[in-house]
Amino acid sequence: MISANLSAIFYLISGVLFILALRGLSSPETSRQGNFFGILGMIIAISVTFLSIGNFSSGFIYVLIFLLFGGSIGAFIAYRIPMTAMPELVAGFHSLVGLAAVFVAISAFLNPEAFNLGSKGNIKLGSLIEMSIGAAVGAITFSGSIIAFLKLQGIMSGSPITFKGQHPLNALILISIIVLIYLLCSIQSSNLFWILLAISFLIGFLLIIPIGGADMPVVISMLNSYSGWAAAGIGFTLENTALIITGALVGSSGAILSYIMCKGMNRSFFNVILGGFGATDQNSSSKSQEQRPVKSGNADDAAFLMKNASSVIIVPGYGMAVAQAQHALREMVDTLKKNDIKVSYAIHPVAGRMPGHMNVLLAEANVPYDEVFELEEINNDFANADVAFVIGANDVTNPVAKTDPQSPIYGMPVLDVEKCKSVLFVKRSLSPGYAGIDNDLFYKENTLMLFADAKKMTEDITKNL
Amino acid sequence: MEIDPFIFRLSIFILSIFIGYYVVWSVTPSLHTPLMSVTNAISSVIIVGAIIAGLAGDTNTVFNTSSLFGFLAISLAAINIFGGFLVTQRMLAMYKKKKKDKK
Repeated sequence: MISANLSAIFYLISGVLFILALRGLSSPETSRQGNFFGILGMIIAISVTFLSIGNFSSGFIYVLIFLLFGGSIGAFIAYRIPMTAMPELVAGFHSLVGLAAVFVAISAFLNPEAFNLGSKGNIKLGSLIEMSIGAAVGAITFSGSIIAFLKLQGIMSGSPITFKGQHPLNALILISIIVLIYLLCSIQSSNLFWILLAISFLIGFLLIIPIGGADMPVVISMLNSYSGWAAAGIGFTLENTALIITGALVGSSGAILSYIMCKGMNRSFFNVILGGFGATDQNSSSKSQEQRPVKSGNADDAAFLMKNASSVIIVPGYGMAVAQAQHALREMVDTLKKNDIKVSYAIHPVAGRMPGHMNVLLAEANVPYDEVFELEEINNDFANADVAFVIGANDVTNPVAKTDPQSPIYGMPVLDVEKCKSVLFVKRSLSPGYAGIDNDLFYKENTLMLFADAKKMTEDITKNL
Repeated sequence: MEIDPFIFRLSIFILSIFIGYYVVWSVTPSLHTPLMSVTNAISSVIIVGAIIAGLAGDTNTVFNTSSLFGFLAISLAAINIFGGFLVTQRMLAMYKKKKKDKK
């Protein structure tokens, strides 16, 4: 058994190691070392907890059993999960953090003596507030992430679910959560605690259902942030520095990511959270849908265009992930490079279903990360490039965002694909993208539409090169 | 008059938010997905609370309602810890620089 002071110092060390873990991610070279720091910090935190309790009785065996049980499930998932399913995985993991926070809070509420929080029915006021906030945020994270997971997995429709009185209802529930926490603190009734948990689960569910599929990058980042705040709340209850530091880190990390994602769509955070995007815009776009001529081509035409180019920029999007086309794409690029054609990749901040989604897929397909560029880095190069190859992206290339103040995506930063000498646009049909707006790029003089499955088309082009 | 220890914890919390703010802004956008999976893994340090809860029962009664929730939380957090770190490692191993000898 080690003293409380010593264990507090070790918790501080593991908190610092977690900071270093995030710091490592500033570049791919240092990132692996960073991950190692994170693992080390976790091992220290867990070992110190065992040592500080010093109770190696029969309970200890069960802790190990449950630990190894969960650990082997986690390891199994980590090795088996395809990279395209990363958004679902992260959403699923968020829900587990949320639920774990709820369980720890329940446990502390039922047996406060074990945590030095006072006695049952007479928990210290501060601890009770921290505990109920941690539990409520944890519950919201859990049910919200479950909905996000179901939407990403396609089990639940990605389209927004809205109903009348949705916002007043949500506001009412949020207010009642605050009232319940206040009442719980004054009368300490366990019934109130259970009601608090139940309505927190409910609000998490209600908050995420009106948010559509393409807004998932914001939702996932936001839930990431919530899971951090939940952990911090529990950290205050347990008076544990490692947990407080980590909670704050994760909380601000998720908040920054949500901010970056919102900026990538030129929408305010509240606009995304209130949801229903796309559903309201469909009316305005349908009226302007007159038939306009498009040029469509086949793999042969595309191969011809690219063979005669000296530089090609590839714009991947969610469609590439859906079609699992990243490996076929890299093979095509390899062939292009053999012909001395310069190839680079342009990634929009909100391409895909989570922050950095496209980068991971390209890395999986062995694309070197120094060929992959962010929007600001590459946007000026489009004017000098010969061919832009748009695969699975749509709204992020729409020039309407720059020209038409009436458009719902007006002001959103977009890739200047139309400035290229020619544009190859791989798409299954002419249907408008998520935002429900027509892409002017389809009808440009220099655009050639390639109507096919992204993977099949890329393979065919490679054959024709 | 003594300062409530809560104030110290609050100070750590606030300062950590600032550290998080600056550290996360320095994360390169191409590593945002690993950032999410690793933050997932480290926020599962909540397992510390779960272990305390699990071991709270006395020697005769290992399982009571409170410790049972603790044990369940241990499993949930462990899924995240192992899954989160390993999947991050798997992703980071894929980020490679251009090979010089190529072409």
